[in-house]
Amino acid sequence: MRHFVIVGVLVIIVFLATYFGLTALKLMPVEASAQSIVVDWMWNLDFVVMCFLFALIVVPLVYSLIVFRRRKGDTSDGEHIEGNTKLEITWTVIPLITVLVFAYLGAYSLGETMAVDPNALEISVTARQWSWQFDYPEGFTSNELHLPVNRQVVLNMTSLDVIHAFWVPQFRIRQDILPGRVTNYRITPILIGNYTVMCSQLCGTSHSYMTAPVIVTSQADYDAWVQSQVTAAQAAAAAGGPANGKLLVQKYGCLGCHTTDGTKLVGPTWLGLYQSQVKLSDGRTVTADQAYLVESIVSPSAKIVNGFPDNVMPKTFGTALTQSQINDIVSYIETLK
Amino acid sequence: MKKFLTSALVRGLLWQAIGWLLGALFVTGIRFLMGLNPFDQFFFTEPAWVFGALVGAISFVAGTGAMTDWFKWAKGEETPEHREDPPGWEKYLNVSLDHKVIGIQYTVTALILMCVGGLFAMIFRTELAHSGLQFLTLQEYNTFMSLHGIVMIVGILVGVAGVMNYLVPMMIGADDMSFPRLNAFSFWVVPPAAVLLLSTLALGGFDTGWTGYPPLSVRAPVGMQMFFMGVAVAGWSSILGGLNLIATVLRMRTKGMTAFRMPIFIWAAIATSIITLTATQLIGLAFQLVMFQRLLGMGFFDPAKGGNPILFQHLFWFYSHPAVYVFVLPGLGLISELMPVFVRKPLFGYRFVAMSSLGIALVGFLVWAHHMFTSGMNEYLRVPFMYSTLLVAVPTGVKFFSWIATLWKGKIEAPTPMLFVVGGIVVFLLGGLSGPPNATVATDLHLHDTYWIVGHFHDTMFGGYIFPFFAAIYYWFPKATGKRMNETLGKIHFWLMTPAFLTLTLLMMRVGLLGMRRRVADYDPALGFDNYHLIMTIAGYLIAIAIAIFLYNLYISLRHGETATGNVWNSRSPEWQVPSPMPVHNYDVPFEVVGEPYDYGLPGSAYVRFADGSQSTKH
Repeated sequence: MRHFVIVGVLVIIVFLATYFGLTALKLMPVEASAQSIVVDWMWNLDFVVMCFLFALIVVPLVYSLIVFRRRKGDTSDGEHIEGNTKLEITWTVIPLITVLVFAYLGAYSLGETMAVDPNALEISVTARQWSWQFDYPEGFTSNELHLPVNRQVVLNMTSLDVIHAFWVPQFRIRQDILPGRVTNYRITPILIGNYTVMCSQLCGTSHSYMTAPVIVTSQADYDAWVQSQVTAAQAAAAAGGPANGKLLVQKYGCLGCHTTDGTKLVGPTWLGLYQSQVKLSDGRTVTADQAYLVESIVSPSAKIVNGFPDNVMPKTFGTALTQSQINDIVSYIETLK
Repeated sequence: MKKFLTSALVRGLLWQAIGWLLGALFVTGIRFLMGLNPFDQFFFTEPAWVFGALVGAISFVAGTGAMTDWFKWAKGEETPEHREDPPGWEKYLNVSLDHKVIGIQYTVTALILMCVGGLFAMIFRTELAHSGLQFLTLQEYNTFMSLHGIVMIVGILVGVAGVMNYLVPMMIGADDMSFPRLNAFSFWVVPPAAVLLLSTLALGGFDTGWTGYPPLSVRAPVGMQMFFMGVAVAGWSSILGGLNLIATVLRMRTKGMTAFRMPIFIWAAIATSIITLTATQLIGLAFQLVMFQRLLGMGFFDPAKGGNPILFQHLFWFYSHPAVYVFVLPGLGLISELMPVFVRKPLFGYRFVAMSSLGIALVGFLVWAHHMFTSGMNEYLRVPFMYSTLLVAVPTGVKFFSWIATLWKGKIEAPTPMLFVVGGIVVFLLGGLSGPPNATVATDLHLHDTYWIVGHFHDTMFGGYIFPFFAAIYYWFPKATGKRMNETLGKIHFWLMTPAFLTLTLLMMRVGLLGMRRRVADYDPALGFDNYHLIMTIAGYLIAIAIAIFLYNLYISLRHGETATGNVWNSRSPEWQVPSPMPVHNYDVPFEVVGEPYDYGLPGSAYVRFADGSQSTKH
């Protein structure tokens, strides 16, 4: 009986120490969405049980190892206890009930994170290896996701190539993005600040770098940003030429693989590319003239630069871009000397 | 040296190389005749590599002679029932029909594979010690990370097969497995599978992780196909091994060994074998469909052709989740098997522990979609899969509570095997406790694909199999060799590895919660994880040093170990009632079961009685 009392007290002490000690370490990032509060509520319930079970198993384990250790010279066996059916049933039934309760709570909290606001702001997200593109209802495109605070937003997400996933740790929610389908990500930001969306489904070599800024601002700042983007897009489209090209390469994520400063990423850099001699994987050498650049955008597999992989760049730009947009991009690349 | 060069292993490797070359040349010739491009980036084209790999793997097994008796039977020739092995070490490099030799072959292969897989981990763990790219390219990082996963998985599968092969016939009083030639075949498909997996390194690698999700795996280099082929070939070992084991336990138990008088490890082995026999096909199928999509343009998982990438994930996890229990159940069985010996008390609630193994195995078939909570499958399906997943906690809990009750009021001794038993319980407990938040869907939306998961499953794998595997090696080494492993080195191994491993996995969970994605070659220094990763890398090196000490201990104990031919652990189990090392056909005198397996502390009780009248009682 004495053993049970000591172990019981120790279990409670260790449980409380583990729970409050670890919670004090701030295990989770800040809560930046309404959904994160629900997730953290569920996490906390899980964590209480985890800490309790940890104490419940480890304390009697360590206690037994110390108190019931074999003393020197003792060659006798332990007590012949084969089992106890009542005890076995108890520790089958109590966990079973706990598990059912937790499954119910899990379903409840899942439902809470999925709660729909009919007035939610809708933004289209396009993921590709290895960049993000956000299309706003006002008709412009951005590589940064700006969101107004305290308003639910639905991201309608699709992928142009492989499976990606949208995850902002401070929002807690994660959703995979599939090719040929639209999946939804519903979130209500509640904290103004700068966050990062990270692709969290392995999507190839540059997976680590597939991130984009997520900027939560006040409604007024958001409106001002939208207005400035609309104006800039209209001005660039009207002007055409390199300025529009520069906007387009950001919009379509070209800079995820091609740099403008000479660094080698998955694709060749554009710095000094125009009119240079390019060595191809089949041994030929060609001049990177205007026709070459257009061809490389429209049908990327036609000529593969030596040392770079085939089948990485999407083959969809011939249809996604108009002829004048392609010309603008080429004219922008021509300026990078 | 001559014995080595003429061994079945070397012959098999040679045949594999020749078969591979001939197969590839055959396809290349056909392509040439059809006017198709006969050569490609890695010399041969992808179809040529794949067909060659298949021919090579079959050639390996044919080359070793593991199928010779079957060929003879097909021709109507008689072969002897038993084949005598040579006395020296060379029997381990040649085809043997003795389950003990095959068990050791498996175990050594497992240790080699785990060392290779661990080496890959050390390479990319070093890369991760600091943010930014140090010395690996992105493709190399992904390849090493993917290979670490699959080589370790195959390594553990092989390790499980090793322990089961060595122990099960001995424990049930059989002279061998039901189908000794099938048993040899099951082992000899593993080396060519390992060669295939490692060949990915030379063929462009693969950047998909061991999960190989399409469409990414459709775009990866030729190495991807070698990965698929390697897993498919290794799968044969699992399926046939499971079949053989079930037949052996059902048909070959000694007199008096009823279901509830079997050593508890047998229950675990049966539960595991049911899974390997019935689920392994699904991963082979999933990978084969991607192979066909790549080779023949069949759009199983290509949305543009009406395919569905999520279908792959269902097929893949239908095996790959139960596979976790294939690793863990034998490990937990080993813990239950060894604990009463060192506590000198019966296993608490034998029947409940036995049934919990079957319970875990069966519920394990119903939980696969919890790997897909964020995948975009039907969102309402997440709820039933949450219920089934949480249900696994119940039989797992029964095991923990029964172990604690077994320890209670025992006379606990803690030599090295017992240390690894206790270490395994603690580490597996952390793995188990970090599971429920992944099951309650809302929390999994945050935890999925983070380092939290990495920490969680490394704890389950290490606690569930690696620790018990070490315990088993330390425990049965005297049975296999007649020598004891060095106790001091064993203790150093344990006390170095355990704290380092706990540090590693707890920090993994820590950074995972804070926002560290898994499977990334680089991370943003602004996240502030650099110091955590540095400590994790140091912990990784400490584990590597501990493993090196273990390997040295194996070597030194084999050469100069203290002689131990008797019942070193004072066990009631039948294999310890005869002198070590075990005779070739196990028991010269058959035994029958006359009592309960774990009646430690019951004076005058016996588990087995040999036909010559000797009994196993308290020693």
